[in-house]
Amino acid sequence: MPGSAFALMARHEARLALRDFAAMATAGKPQRLWFAILAFIGVAALLHVAADIILAPWIRTGVAPDRETLTLMSFGGLLFFTVTLAQSLEAVTRVYYGRADLDLYLSSPASPATLFIVRTGAVALQSAALSCLLASPVVNVLVLRDGLHWLAAYPVLVGLAMVSVAISILVTLVLFATVGARRTRLVAQIVAAIVGAGFAIGVQAAAIAGSGTFSRLALLTDPAFAAGAPGAESLLFFPARAAMGDPVALLAVLLAASLVLGAVFVLGAPRFARQAVAAIGVGERPRTGRPARPFVAKSPADAMRRKEWRLLARDPWLVSQSLMQVLYLLPPALLLWLNYGDAAGIWIVVVPVLVMASGQLAGGLAWLAVSGEDAHDLVRTAPLPPGAILRAKVEAVLAVVGMLLAPFLLAILIAEPRAALITAIGAAFAAGSATAIQLWFRMPMRRAMFRRRQVASRIATLTEALASILWAGMAALLLVRSPLMVTAALPALLALGTVALAWGFSPARAQRRG
Amino acid sequence: MPQPSLEITGLAKAYGRPVVKDVSICLMPGEFYALLGPNGAGKTTILRMVAGLVAPDAGRIAICGHDTATDPMGAKAVTAWVSDEPMVYDRLTPREYLHFVAGLWRVPTELAARRATELLDWLALAPFADERCGGFSKGMLQKVALAGALVHDPRLIILDEPLTGLDAGSARQVKDVLAEKTRSGVTIIMTTHILEVAERMAGRIGVLSGGRLVAEGTLAELRARAGRTEQTLEDIFLELVAPQADGPSL
Repeated sequence: MPGSAFALMARHEARLALRDFAAMATAGKPQRLWFAILAFIGVAALLHVAADIILAPWIRTGVAPDRETLTLMSFGGLLFFTVTLAQSLEAVTRVYYGRADLDLYLSSPASPATLFIVRTGAVALQSAALSCLLASPVVNVLVLRDGLHWLAAYPVLVGLAMVSVAISILVTLVLFATVGARRTRLVAQIVAAIVGAGFAIGVQAAAIAGSGTFSRLALLTDPAFAAGAPGAESLLFFPARAAMGDPVALLAVLLAASLVLGAVFVLGAPRFARQAVAAIGVGERPRTGRPARPFVAKSPADAMRRKEWRLLARDPWLVSQSLMQVLYLLPPALLLWLNYGDAAGIWIVVVPVLVMASGQLAGGLAWLAVSGEDAHDLVRTAPLPPGAILRAKVEAVLAVVGMLLAPFLLAILIAEPRAALITAIGAAFAAGSATAIQLWFRMPMRRAMFRRRQVASRIATLTEALASILWAGMAALLLVRSPLMVTAALPALLALGTVALAWGFSPARAQRRG
Repeated sequence: MPQPSLEITGLAKAYGRPVVKDVSICLMPGEFYALLGPNGAGKTTILRMVAGLVAPDAGRIAICGHDTATDPMGAKAVTAWVSDEPMVYDRLTPREYLHFVAGLWRVPTELAARRATELLDWLALAPFADERCGGFSKGMLQKVALAGALVHDPRLIILDEPLTGLDAGSARQVKDVLAEKTRSGVTIIMTTHILEVAERMAGRIGVLSGGRLVAEGTLAELRARAGRTEQTLEDIFLELVAPQADGPSL
């Protein structure tokens, strides 16, 4: 009964997706549902206002489907598409490696091909919904101010989501065939990280190389660039024209997207059972290889630090995330290289990026070391005071951040010692704040739950990011050699306030009081 | 008279409702003590309090003379804890794991290396010593965790269902290791649902029901108390816990 099996699986996947979404929105506390809805409405309203402020002047000049507009829209759309593609790549990998219920499915008489189509179809639906949600402030403002024809942007987004899922499946199939089941997940994660960051960074790098600024628009509106763009009738502009309400282009985009996804379904579905079984088998075969370096520790704290370093170095997910952090540092590094030795103003770009990256990296690593401890009981039963354990873990985290930051600091130090000092101070505060917040909000979880860390505590996630941004702002203002420099105290105080706010809401404080 | 390895006096704990009520146990060096009871009787809670993972509401615990409330580090230094869920890192090899645990307990590096090799051999883990634990079966992980508990040469070993998930061969290896340890003066307190293991290995048996220690003694003493010398431990156990048991959990 393939029809009924399809319906059963689709209902099951939909129910799980809805419950996952509800759990994510309410952080696992159903009583927060109304708060989540109100917060969502508030954020959506703010984003619509922001979109209106940005788009209104452009719309007033009259939006015509000319080459410049189509170029701008296509590049904007491509940027958006890369993010969708990165998310799809990650989600499609989970279709193969999400073992929780694959054992059940694959041991049942249900067709694996049906499961594949349902699962990847669900990924496409989720991807489309997310795209539409994220783009809705821009699209809605365009609809309200310029006309209903902009509603066509929504089906275009659905089509792009279908294409992104099709590409993701193709990439996964190619990886299975080339690097094997064991490495497919890691390589796919790294590809997703590169895709997610790569295009934006590439455009930034081109913009820096061309004009020495970070503005993407500077590149896109450059006459030389526009002159190189294809004509308005080009097929490359079909998605942009479709989004603007051209019915032929819209039909073509949706038809092409459906055909591409359908073809990939035909290609991937028959192989799914074999590849999923291979993916499941990955965890069951012991990993062989040469013996690791001796694990020599001088003290219990040293043992703890070394253990953390070794686990961090062997975490494929972390490798891909760190790679992304490093990728984001490439544009400022390029800027540094291009402007080496002159123009004092360049530091205002480089230093805040480094400060923020330090904070974000420290937050992620601190979660892995402090909350993501796979052997909580072992560590707690060791003859070490809890404070010493936490100190060793924090030292391990900060040492990694310091090690990654060091080459950049050294390069800045050679060029501008003052900027290096400010970077070091800002990075220390950002990393320290993020680590402290993770300590206060620590909650024992398996390391494998890293993806869920942001769901575990919204306050921790938001305050960690906000504090990093504010410390970056402080660093930027400290760089200014003018009376404006004293205003650096403002973001610094706000950052301290944010950290204090995090402490106020933290379980650690509640525990201390209770 | 030698110092007790474990002295529990008037221990109590409540999670909303009382789960451990006025439990007292005293173990001497080299004793193997099995703590039995139906599901929810409070066995694991008692062991977690002894290991320092849960704070008691009342009562006192002393390990080799170290009061766990006033000298927790002294108590932990001579104790090892192995839970039914093996606490092992996926991305470390068994050898690395043993070196890490030895480092936490301040075992000198060379001694740790020697003990690690011995334990890996003893528990038939040597062929897998340099493979990451990520792909191991639960039984293998349990053996790695047990090796970790032994690598710092504890005086008291606390085991919560250590034989869960082990095949017959592995279970025999673990039982042999534990028997050898008690012969060398190490004290073991263990919970198990496998009554045959308690019957064969334990010198003394404690039976918990509803958070209280309802019976304690050697198998012969428990039989004498039941008044029938031919009874199996299973019969005695079921008689003792019958009023409170929530069903056959053996």
